[in-house]
Amino acid sequence: MRRRVRSLLFFAALVVLWEAVARAGIWHRALLPTPYDVLSFLGRAAADGTLLRATLVTLRRLLLGYAVGLVLGIPLGVVAARSALGRDTLGLLALGLQALPSVCWLPMALLWFGQTESAMLFVVVMGTIWSILLAASDGLRSVPPIYVRAARTMGSKGLHTWTRVILPAALPFFVTGMKQGWAFAWRSLMAAEIFVTILTGFGLGQLLHYGRELHAMDQVLGVMLVIVAVGLLVDRLAFAPLERFLHTRWGTG
Amino acid sequence: MTTFPEELAHPSKIAVRGVSKSYRTAAGVVAALDDVSIDIAEGEFVCLVGPSGCGKSTLLNLVAGLDRADRGEILVDGAPVPGPGRDRMVMFQEAALFPWLDVMGNTLFGLKLKPNLTPEARRDVALYYLRLVGLEGFLRANVHELSGGMKQRVALARALAPNPRVLMMDEPFGALDAMTREQLYGDLQSIWQAKRKTILFVTHNVREAVCLGDRVAIMTPRPGRIREEFRVTLPRPRDINALDVAGLGREITDALRRLLPGGRG
Repeated sequence: MRRRVRSLLFFAALVVLWEAVARAGIWHRALLPTPYDVLSFLGRAAADGTLLRATLVTLRRLLLGYAVGLVLGIPLGVVAARSALGRDTLGLLALGLQALPSVCWLPMALLWFGQTESAMLFVVVMGTIWSILLAASDGLRSVPPIYVRAARTMGSKGLHTWTRVILPAALPFFVTGMKQGWAFAWRSLMAAEIFVTILTGFGLGQLLHYGRELHAMDQVLGVMLVIVAVGLLVDRLAFAPLERFLHTRWGTG
Repeated sequence: MTTFPEELAHPSKIAVRGVSKSYRTAAGVVAALDDVSIDIAEGEFVCLVGPSGCGKSTLLNLVAGLDRADRGEILVDGAPVPGPGRDRMVMFQEAALFPWLDVMGNTLFGLKLKPNLTPEARRDVALYYLRLVGLEGFLRANVHELSGGMKQRVALARALAPNPRVLMMDEPFGALDAMTREQLYGDLQSIWQAKRKTILFVTHNVREAVCLGDRVAIMTPRPGRIREEFRVTLPRPRDINALDVAGLGREITDALRRLLPGGRG
């Protein structure tokens, strides 16, 4: 409770400071709107449904890209973990491409797919898949061999050993990888939405982009806040329960 | 008179015949076992003692079917070991409990692989063995919440639950404190007397071997060989601190020291 109050006070102070600086008139109000300006933009955008529609469009793209990343990344991670060949080929490729900031996939995506949904999907998948692949293969490789031996003496073999021993044992790594993959997907999509401005759906990134086009700083700041909020909310809703489970079962942080 | 195959004439639960096993390591080929033979009768408690690297764990792994011998054969009930099997359960030095399952889930793991049991029957069996090791109050506990001794108790219950005829234990108490260990010596003896499993117990602690075993086989390394066997006829339950246990332990330690290169202990 005390920690919560402390955090609350800190953010309240931040808002007060922002208000004070904005009122001091050092910068033009069009460049630094007051907290109230941003709040009233958010109020208007929420009221006319713009915000909700944009959030839903963005979440739909995000979920699709993330799902493709998981569906491709985890099996590829299994392949990379199972043999030295997999590690030296797929594993190395993933290691290299993971170092590439996802915004760097955009030129390729635009040339290949044009201003389309596919271009955005491509960027999100490319931004997500490598970290998931690496986390999956690292996780599988760090399963203590004693677990598999113990399971074998109890009559477990083949698929049973995989689904009941190896995969559960690698779960903490998988969750870490999924979380990281999610963060990468979120960043990739925002980059994609800012660059790919199309009419098939108006996402949060595009809202941000048009805020700049219109010189509407209240919109820019407001949308940025929403992006932060959505990111945090998903983390709390999707990953926190999983992490709590791991924490109680494994006794780790 | 009818002639019986050797296994039937002298029925032994486990027969190890002229087994050799070597490993390739960075330092070259290491002969972990060289022409090792030992017979273990049904219901017998045999301890393998020797310094680290003498091949005792290798031998245990071969009997467990986790590894294959280069030469020789290992027969269980007269038939060659095809691989790991529920008739021979293993307890390792680390409890090797699965952290994603609670105490009950761990105990059920082997039982779930046993066909023709209803879920209720599996639960009853698991409960019975958890009660036997004194952990009925911890069914829902997570592995990381248990002490080292409790972990090994769960591992023992997990190994006993599928009702194997043979139990193999690879230094199961090596990582525990002395008090916990002494308690477990008592528990293991009473469980063994009640269940009459055939037990192959690996340790480097001579007195532990005397306290638990019907027979103590001492092994020496490079290459790993069984050099001498001692029969222990002291009455049970035995106390590791009793004078007669200590006395026989002394005798075996002396023998081991004589057999080791350079006469060290």
